[in-house]
Amino acid sequence: MASPQPRIGVVTFPGSLDDRDMLWALAALDAEAVPVWHAEEQLPDLDAVVLPGGFSYGDYLRCGAIARLSPVMNAVAAFAADGGLVLGVCNGFQILCEAGLLPGALRANESLTYVCRDVRLTVERTDTPFTARCGPGQTLVMPVKHGEGCYIRPDHLPQEQVVLRYGEPVNGSVDDIAGVVNEHRNVMGLMPHPEHAVDPLLGSADGAFVLASLVDSARSRALAIA
Amino acid sequence: MESHNHPSAVEPFQGAATGVGGILRDIVAMGARPVALLDGLWFGAPDGHFRRAVAGIGHYGNSTGIPTVGGAAVFDEAYRDNCLVNAMCVGLLPSDRVQSAKASGAGNLVVLFGATTGRDGIGGASVLASQELGEDDGDKRPTVQVGDPFTGKKLIEVSVELVESGLVESLQDCGAAGLASSLAEMASEFGIDVRLDRVPLREAGMEPWEIMISESQERMVAIVRPQMLDAVQAVCARWELPCTAIGEVTKSALLRALYEGDVVGEIPARFLTDECPRYEIERTPRDEWPQPSPRAEPVDKRWIFEQYDYLVGSRTVRRPGLDAAVLRLRPSLRGVAVSLNGPAAGERDPFRAGASAVLRAARNVACAGGEPLALTDCLNFGNPEKPEIGWELEQAIEGIAQAAEALRVPVVSGNVSLYNETDGRPIPPTPVVGCVGLVPDVRFVPSRWRSGDAVLLAVAPEDSLAAEAALIRFLWKAAPLLSLAHDVGAGGLAHALAEAAGWSGGLEADVDLPDEPRRGAAVLAIAPSQVTRLGSKGFVQIGQVP
Repeated sequence: MASPQPRIGVVTFPGSLDDRDMLWALAALDAEAVPVWHAEEQLPDLDAVVLPGGFSYGDYLRCGAIARLSPVMNAVAAFAADGGLVLGVCNGFQILCEAGLLPGALRANESLTYVCRDVRLTVERTDTPFTARCGPGQTLVMPVKHGEGCYIRPDHLPQEQVVLRYGEPVNGSVDDIAGVVNEHRNVMGLMPHPEHAVDPLLGSADGAFVLASLVDSARSRALAIA
Repeated sequence: MESHNHPSAVEPFQGAATGVGGILRDIVAMGARPVALLDGLWFGAPDGHFRRAVAGIGHYGNSTGIPTVGGAAVFDEAYRDNCLVNAMCVGLLPSDRVQSAKASGAGNLVVLFGATTGRDGIGGASVLASQELGEDDGDKRPTVQVGDPFTGKKLIEVSVELVESGLVESLQDCGAAGLASSLAEMASEFGIDVRLDRVPLREAGMEPWEIMISESQERMVAIVRPQMLDAVQAVCARWELPCTAIGEVTKSALLRALYEGDVVGEIPARFLTDECPRYEIERTPRDEWPQPSPRAEPVDKRWIFEQYDYLVGSRTVRRPGLDAAVLRLRPSLRGVAVSLNGPAAGERDPFRAGASAVLRAARNVACAGGEPLALTDCLNFGNPEKPEIGWELEQAIEGIAQAAEALRVPVVSGNVSLYNETDGRPIPPTPVVGCVGLVPDVRFVPSRWRSGDAVLLAVAPEDSLAAEAALIRFLWKAAPLLSLAHDVGAGGLAHALAEAAGWSGGLEADVDLPDEPRRGAAVLAIAPSQVTRLGSKGFVQIGQVP
């Protein structure tokens, strides 16, 4: 049967910066990328939602603390509670933690400065909708760019919720955790930017392993519903 | 390019941050979307003051989603009390959509949108920027504006959307001297009546003159046809930005300020722009500068640009760190190479500073595979009322002009920053130049050398501007064949080779170090089989990569 193009929404908050790049990357990986405005109280018909990087509402308070109160986040929380796929990158990760959709919190980098560079990551789990295209233990190269990416996990975070670890010191994250999923593995957050690593001309294409996994998973959900 | 030197000397974080915000709005006022920022930093030392300026640049650039892809950082004792922060921005727009900055059509509305207006930055351009610095600088801190990059980001989105939708007749940003200067520039042909009581204020009790010259950041002025006002306000409302009609275009050729119906100020607008008073400055050659301190060792600049987001926008093919950055003009495979350059530490000769800034900026672009297309400059000098500073200014301009003519590349924009003196001690002449070049195919940008490559040295054949221009032409034409090209900068040949090795993942070349080149020069690497395609002139082989 024909393989449908999955519809993946990308939320734009005022102050979102990587929303255009995320829409472009998802479209390049054969998804129908759908812009979603922060003031919407309901999501359109979607197979997955992405919260992109940036400084939502300026992030003059704790990062993501205001965005989690925006109208669209109620709809995103309901979508996740129904088992919908939600990916948060950088500021999106911070918002998902603030909203309680992911465990833990992100605070200022140990260096207290913003850091932008390529980092090596180790894939800890391939049995998630976001990493199914990766091999176990695979090394991915992707850029980070953040001032508040030091991940603090809750005391009893199960190992199986840790999906990506840094292969080198980056920001002081506990146990070098770079990306986590929720208990049901349908919500993921990560600090590195897969959308900036889908074209070898721009440095690396390893981010496509993550985003193509998401597109695959969204497509199989679209097929299951159809 | 724009300077924010005095504010950065007094308060480096906000001074540098609002410098970035200002140059972004200049590009947005043309109806263009900004795609790259570069910064020129001349400081006494990489100290705490410098680190605060770097953090301020990152604060604004990173939060507005415009990549900071390059620049220069030069440390010289002479800038200790009077640092320089120059910011350059490159924007993209279809050439048939260049936005006018002039008011037209009597009866059209003058619309102010963006942040509210307060008492911050009152006198910034006059009290701070146009006087020498001295002991009471701490008292001037309130004249430095405070940046709000979140509002700046929304302002960019609103402005680009207004222009793309054809809703505005012209746009102007509110920079130095606030409404007074932006309205005077807009009113130079028609006239403008501005009703200052309509300007949304962030504090009560402001006097009309304060409203007129407030330098509150993140504000733009648009000329809007009356029937478009609702649509303009709808765009602003979507981005939650205040938007108010504060006046109208008239046929009077006057800039008139009204407050609650009374005329509180009136002047023929052309007296503030094209027909402003001009004076000839005296020029006396300077005998000699105090002997500069020994040249500082080149420092690794990675810790600077790693604090900037240089990736947002998904265009950055060649990242900051070596010569020029390259941005892809997606979906095309063409790209632009961008660089910023100025005098090295210890340089005191104004003509040579101007000419070499142009040549190095162009050579950096050529090393990244770009054919230089256009130059912009920022002239940072001491008090021009002193005859020897007037002479330096004239000499530096002459140096820039002669080098640009040799390259046959136009200087399309610019900025001056004068009165850079503290307690009577001026900065050295500091002409800073930005260059933009066209890369025909970003897949063939020189990147890093590989094992087996021949290492070549290309040097300008003789000591003349024409020879320097010939070297630059050779470099950008050869670039698609090269695996690496790197300008030999102020640090010398050995340092350039070390930088090339660092850029190539630490792979070092075996080189017989020749005499230090005294003219423009670049290190090249190329697969041995390709060397003959470069012709036979203009370079010598000095080694190879094992």
